[in-house]
Amino acid sequence: MHAITYEAPTTLDQAVSILKTHGENARPFCGGTDIIIQLRAGVRRTEHLVDVKKIKELQTLSFDAKKGLRLGAAVPCIEISESDVMRRHYPGLTEAAHLIGSLQIQNRASVGGNLCNGSPAADTTPALMALGARARIVGPNGEREVPVEAFVVSPGRTVLKPGELLVELLVPAPAPHSSDAYLRFIPRNEMDIAVVGVGAALTLDGDKVKAARIALGAVAPTPILASKAADALIGMKLDAAALEAAGRAASEACSPIDDMRGTAEFRLHIAAVLTRRVLSIAAERAKKN
Amino acid sequence: MAESTTTRDFKVIGTRPIRPDGVDKVTGRAKFGADYAFPGMLHGKVLRSPHAHAIIKSIKIDKALKLPGVKAIVTSKDLPAAENKLEQSGEMTVNPMHLSMNILAHDKVLYDGHAIAAVAATSPHIAEEALRLIEVEYEVLPPVMTVDAATKPGAPILLKDLRNNEEGDKPTNVAQHYQFKRGDIAAGFKAADYVIEREFNTAMVHQGYIEPHNAVGIYNSDGQATIYCSTQGAFDVRSLSAQVLGMPVGKIKVVPAEIGGGFGGKTTIYLEPLSVLLSKKTGAPVKLVMSRSEVLRASGPTPGSKIKVKMGATKDGKLVAAEIWMAYQAGAFPGSPVAAGALCIIAPYTIENFLIDAYDVVVNRPKTAAYRAPGTTQAAFASETVIDELAEKCGIDPIDFRIKNGVKEGAPQVLGPPFKRIGFIQTCEAIKNSEHYKSKLTGKFRGRGVASGFWFNAGMQSSATVNIHTDGTASVVTGSPDIGGSRASMAMITAEVLGLPVTDVRPITADTDSIGHTDVTAGSRVTFATGMAVYEAAKDAERQLIERAAKVWEKKPDEVEFRGGMLHAKGNGVPPMSIKQLAPRFARTGGPITGRASVNARGVGPGFATTVVDVEVDPDTGKVQLLRCTVAQDAGKAIHPSYVEGQMQGGTAQGIGWALNEEYFYDDNGTLRNSGFLDYRIPTCLDLPMIETIIVEEANPGHPLGVRGVGEVSIVPPVAAVANAIYRAVGVRMTQTPMSPPKLLKAILKHRGATQHSAAAD
Repeated sequence: MHAITYEAPTTLDQAVSILKTHGENARPFCGGTDIIIQLRAGVRRTEHLVDVKKIKELQTLSFDAKKGLRLGAAVPCIEISESDVMRRHYPGLTEAAHLIGSLQIQNRASVGGNLCNGSPAADTTPALMALGARARIVGPNGEREVPVEAFVVSPGRTVLKPGELLVELLVPAPAPHSSDAYLRFIPRNEMDIAVVGVGAALTLDGDKVKAARIALGAVAPTPILASKAADALIGMKLDAAALEAAGRAASEACSPIDDMRGTAEFRLHIAAVLTRRVLSIAAERAKKN
Repeated sequence: MAESTTTRDFKVIGTRPIRPDGVDKVTGRAKFGADYAFPGMLHGKVLRSPHAHAIIKSIKIDKALKLPGVKAIVTSKDLPAAENKLEQSGEMTVNPMHLSMNILAHDKVLYDGHAIAAVAATSPHIAEEALRLIEVEYEVLPPVMTVDAATKPGAPILLKDLRNNEEGDKPTNVAQHYQFKRGDIAAGFKAADYVIEREFNTAMVHQGYIEPHNAVGIYNSDGQATIYCSTQGAFDVRSLSAQVLGMPVGKIKVVPAEIGGGFGGKTTIYLEPLSVLLSKKTGAPVKLVMSRSEVLRASGPTPGSKIKVKMGATKDGKLVAAEIWMAYQAGAFPGSPVAAGALCIIAPYTIENFLIDAYDVVVNRPKTAAYRAPGTTQAAFASETVIDELAEKCGIDPIDFRIKNGVKEGAPQVLGPPFKRIGFIQTCEAIKNSEHYKSKLTGKFRGRGVASGFWFNAGMQSSATVNIHTDGTASVVTGSPDIGGSRASMAMITAEVLGLPVTDVRPITADTDSIGHTDVTAGSRVTFATGMAVYEAAKDAERQLIERAAKVWEKKPDEVEFRGGMLHAKGNGVPPMSIKQLAPRFARTGGPITGRASVNARGVGPGFATTVVDVEVDPDTGKVQLLRCTVAQDAGKAIHPSYVEGQMQGGTAQGIGWALNEEYFYDDNGTLRNSGFLDYRIPTCLDLPMIETIIVEEANPGHPLGVRGVGEVSIVPPVAAVANAIYRAVGVRMTQTPMSPPKLLKAILKHRGATQHSAAAD
């Protein structure tokens, strides 16, 4: 492995300035659970790592019943799964954060890092997309916000331009009678990577669906929103036929590949199965809210 | 738990003392291969082929050599010519030329990860950067990845000099054809009421030991070399390295490090000769350690296979005929364990008519190495699935079917000679009588499967010395690296013979200069064969103790007896003397006492195991959850029952991994796509139930303590047992491994389609 410089700025301005100086040759570094492995394997190459864990804005987790959640990009996953607020208001995102790696890894890994790594199989990204989360980015030219579904542009690549940094994720406050859920399929029971991941958020009006979002991971070059599948549920009762139709529509939104984790055919089938299951879980939770 | 059928009264054997190497391991003091460091030591890295099959047109190392910190680079040009011949080495047959070609590719690369060059530098990072600067020009050839691809007409030939025993001077990828037969199979099938014929395909899998391969080589200017490495056989590393390096065996000393798993995979050499070559070039110690990816790409997994089994039985459940065709992926060089698979595939049963054809086929995959009962798990998956199906056809419980056809003492083995005392039927009965098998399995999509397995076990050569210290304690020195708790067993055998507390015996694994020749730790042979040497060495010490006591008492040796750890003078009222009392008088009665023995162990007792598993299948995803698993195995005599149980559980866990998710996944270019433990899925603790064990003890008449090898046979039944359980859960017969969710789901959907179709037709 070649030599790499390491810097750990404590303010956003410093971070942006360092990132701007090195341009393409620098990468933000958080828990390092992806990038260290990629650098060692030679999958990525970079000259400068800019540790963003010491910047306050990136370490903030705050919830407001009206404004919703501000989740700093560097907040470790373990803090999410141990947070009562997160478990109560965003159980789907919480369970996605709790699935990443092992407990040891969750002490280092962050939801923001999971998103910036740009993997199509990231667990927390579909969970964020289902919740309608937005990414707040700062860079040399100021600030911008991007919906999470537009953040990843291709495997391993994101909308972040050289010099830019993901600061936090903004998640709307949950509406009454709403909730979310995330499920992934893995061949084993632990320490694995999603073959298919599905996140869903639902708002109910009585026994009918008032609002729905469904997002899937590991079934296309980037995590995808299954808008048709979700829209078709509006005004419907979540019975077996509706679940079946939603599963089918979600599966139709996918364009998976054959690889060592599963065949395309398998992923299409599992996308439908998990969509049905995750919607049922989200609905059960929403009824209680 | 069915403990002992051995009536001998043991004091130490059969108890469960704390392992003597335990403290070092739990405190982190145990020194594994990668822990060795020496002043001035350099670090080596290996350049590996990105192609599965290519001609090496040129290798340019000038740029890499110029990188500051780089001290030396070796390629196959630095290796002496090695002979194209077959030699016996431990339990393997070795062709020195092929071994050399595997250490560093000569004119061709034959698999993704094949070593091409090795660099020594002042840091591992510099060595790694230097690899990027070595320029290799390839002419890429089409990869040959499967038995079918390797044997079809016009298939690209991997090794231009390879010839087999049937095709004359024709270049081929088929290295060998083995045939075993008995009786008249046509008549056998004619007598059968039911005949089942199926084809099976299994994926190449890896042993998955936690510790990657490693070596530190130190070459001295006097021509003496020392190698520190993690290995199952220090003497084999010495002889194999000597062949590859063109050095006399006596010029190499191998020091076996603590070993983090081997399962057969550490019975050959990879980095060892490179460390010596680089050390010779640089004059400094050189250390090489593989990454996980290198281990998976370029060490020795076990073959994928294609096996066709046709078996017939009469209505009353008697097996009457078997016709078997099997071909194994040897990897880049000949030498798969297909012959072992062929000899084991129906070994648990008496079948009067059989014909077994077995083929060893080279493909563009790493050269396979031994893996726990090599070649037999694949074979048993095929035969034990067909036997399950025949039992079902006959309407007989699968355990009863096995008991009805199972081999007993006197039954002919596949090669003809009769079995001596064996415990196959007892393992079946132990399962049949187990609480697990008697329990009722309820719930949807759940099923219970059973299967059995056979493994030869090995004997071979071992040496041992037992030193009695001046305080009456002892050390027992062997040349067997301890991969399964054998130090505990060796100490216990010594303690048993000498009547000492086990804590008074210190077991040592010595280097190749410090103990007589000892073959590899493999074939479940250590407790059996090295244990035999230890027993004899302790007996030798006992004889000397008797002589010394006789001298002290001024008696003849035959007037002294040793029993219960005490020396007794026959007849008159001389008080007995302990070893502790005698030890201080060694110096004045003839010097130190060292018991010695070297054996070429005969009397190997084969091993049998029978396994039952309960599974639950998710019919919407094809995912299999193990609910319960029990294994019964014949140990002959369990020296340390906990380590016997550990072997049974370990083999079963590996078998379950093999069944469910493990596979070498190559893309169309022959590139391994899952060379890490994320995508090469061995089971985690959350994927396995507690594996229950039943030790059967049918004493091996060929061993002074009744021991049979216990390290391997438990891996043989689980793949078939899981397949049979899946069948009972969801009605599909899986004929390929891994039975991973995509494959099982596909089979379930096909089966569902077929049943819906037939229901519609009704």
